[in-house]
Amino acid sequence: MSRIKKTFEKKNNRILNVYFTAGYPHLESTTEIIRSLQENGADLIEIGMPYSDPLADGETIQQSGAVALSNGMTIKKLFEQLKGYREFFHLPIILMGYMNPVLQYGFEKFCADAASVGVSGLILPDLPPHEFREVYGDIIKKYGLDFIFLVTPETSEERIRMLDKLSSGFIYAVSSSSTTGGKTDIDNVAKYLQRLKSYHLTNPILVGFGIKDKASFDAVCNHADGGIIGSAYINALKNATDISATTKAFLNEILNDK
Amino acid sequence: MSTSITYQHPDSKGYYGLFGGAYIPEMLYSNVEELRTRYLDIISEPSFQQDFILLLKDYVGRPTPLFYAERLSELHNTNIYLKREDLCHTGAHKINNTIGQILLAQKLGKTRIIAETGAGQHGVATATVCALKGIECIVYMGEKDIERQAPNVARMKMLGAKVVAATSGSKTLKDATNEAIRDWINHPENTHYIIGSVVGPHPYPDMVARFQSVISEEIKKQLQEKTGSALPTHVVACVGGGSNAAGAFYHFLDELDVQLVAVEAAGKGVNSGFSAATTQLGTSGILHGSKSLLMQTADGQVVEPYSISAGLDYPGIGPLHANLFKSGRGIFLSATDEEALASALEVSRLEGIIPALETAHAFSALKQINFKPDDVLVVCLSGRGDKDLSTYIAHL
Repeated sequence: MSRIKKTFEKKNNRILNVYFTAGYPHLESTTEIIRSLQENGADLIEIGMPYSDPLADGETIQQSGAVALSNGMTIKKLFEQLKGYREFFHLPIILMGYMNPVLQYGFEKFCADAASVGVSGLILPDLPPHEFREVYGDIIKKYGLDFIFLVTPETSEERIRMLDKLSSGFIYAVSSSSTTGGKTDIDNVAKYLQRLKSYHLTNPILVGFGIKDKASFDAVCNHADGGIIGSAYINALKNATDISATTKAFLNEILNDK
Repeated sequence: MSTSITYQHPDSKGYYGLFGGAYIPEMLYSNVEELRTRYLDIISEPSFQQDFILLLKDYVGRPTPLFYAERLSELHNTNIYLKREDLCHTGAHKINNTIGQILLAQKLGKTRIIAETGAGQHGVATATVCALKGIECIVYMGEKDIERQAPNVARMKMLGAKVVAATSGSKTLKDATNEAIRDWINHPENTHYIIGSVVGPHPYPDMVARFQSVISEEIKKQLQEKTGSALPTHVVACVGGGSNAAGAFYHFLDELDVQLVAVEAAGKGVNSGFSAATTQLGTSGILHGSKSLLMQTADGQVVEPYSISAGLDYPGIGPLHANLFKSGRGIFLSATDEEALASALEVSRLEGIIPALETAHAFSALKQINFKPDDVLVVCLSGRGDKDLSTYIAHL
């Protein structure tokens, strides 16, 4: 059973997946960020591989990617940083990025190296289902990696069921039609999440885009298995002098009952 | 359509050989899928065809002339015809595509139009058709291009479009395209994205090529009248993303006796580090939703291109052209900034036509290939040079 699946078996609600961009704010921040996320209550860790042209991302994540690239972050560098990760950390790691850098690295080599440093799953928003079925899906499975597809409020039921079949780990429900970091109307999201729930999909559902604080996290947790926080955490890291303390305060605010 | 290999049409998934496809995030799926399933039916509707042909005739001013360039022919000791797309309303071929797409957008019930632009010609052509149809128009343009193409920015504003500066990355065409795509993700219900070149996810490359194919359709007819043969020996065009080249080549793509010559922007030299010669410098990659040739680092980060011409300042190339290059069907040349400037001056002085900087690159082919005295060339004169006067004045 995959590490991601185990996570959902052990805990069946309020799963928190936190995203950060590799190489941000500093090239060597990766390990410290992972450690502090694990110590302070995150359930899954999503690491963004920076790209020069991140189409699906809003300004915050774009800028963090640009900083990361100028800091010298590469996929190769990230794998070096993750080497030995499993000796110290147990949280599942998901890599998120765009197809082009992965293709240049070599798709199969990427999957092999990701699996060997302990990565559990992949999110590649610009890898469409057709190409996944024809070319890439088998390679991803060969290395035991989960692959997570996105669905949006515009995605039809038929297509959601198809994407659920292709996905493993969880389904990434984009909360509203937007790039990352946008504003989200939680009432509209509730209807859409109830619709998703009524389909009784094979995979659990995590909601992302616009989840920025305790209120928005709690709201999506009422209708889904959990949420994904990205831009808000990047913003917190932006002015952080102490990454561990910042992460602790950030996660405490979201997770603690007051 | 013949059953043998065609260079003209992509397969059902949008691939020209190895290139094309639709590598888009799910947030764009519903819009792109709507286009994919409907564009061919809409384009072939009689009411669409009627409106399209009438607007091309009465509004754009088509057919554009095919002009025998006598003095230029004499200098290069061959026969050179100029396809005068510079005489289209708004000054370039770009409007052929925007007329087609605005009619399509109306059929799809869209009420808001977005576009990207490099040199500003596509932005102006989009702002123009939006004014004509009374539809809201937002044009994304790189901050750097806004500076170097000021006259076109002023034209777009006068036409009622909102011009939004793209301030990320190289602040040029690539980044304007990123911003336009992000806008589309954020406005999925009411917005149509008018892409200006044969790039982007399927069906855009095919759709834009079809709208631009009027160029070669006319060339065939006009050449038949003038020379007794519909087929030239060579068709020459500049290529950034490649829309005027796609239109000029289109009806000759499967006429294998016709040589197709594409000229890219070498900038300060192909290997200078300041270039936009994608087929020379690029490798297979994915940008803006399709797989094509792409200028990129070994790590797969897109390289910031350079050309004196804003319209060719793009790190990719349409998948149709990438297939022409890889298969050997097309001849791909490149011209430096200096060569383009020299060609612009030559055409101005010999023929009384000031070409756009983009187009000037195409004319550099005349100095790079030894054409024979009985060759018949058609050069696609894709745009006029008014917008480039400040650059010309600075260099001449």
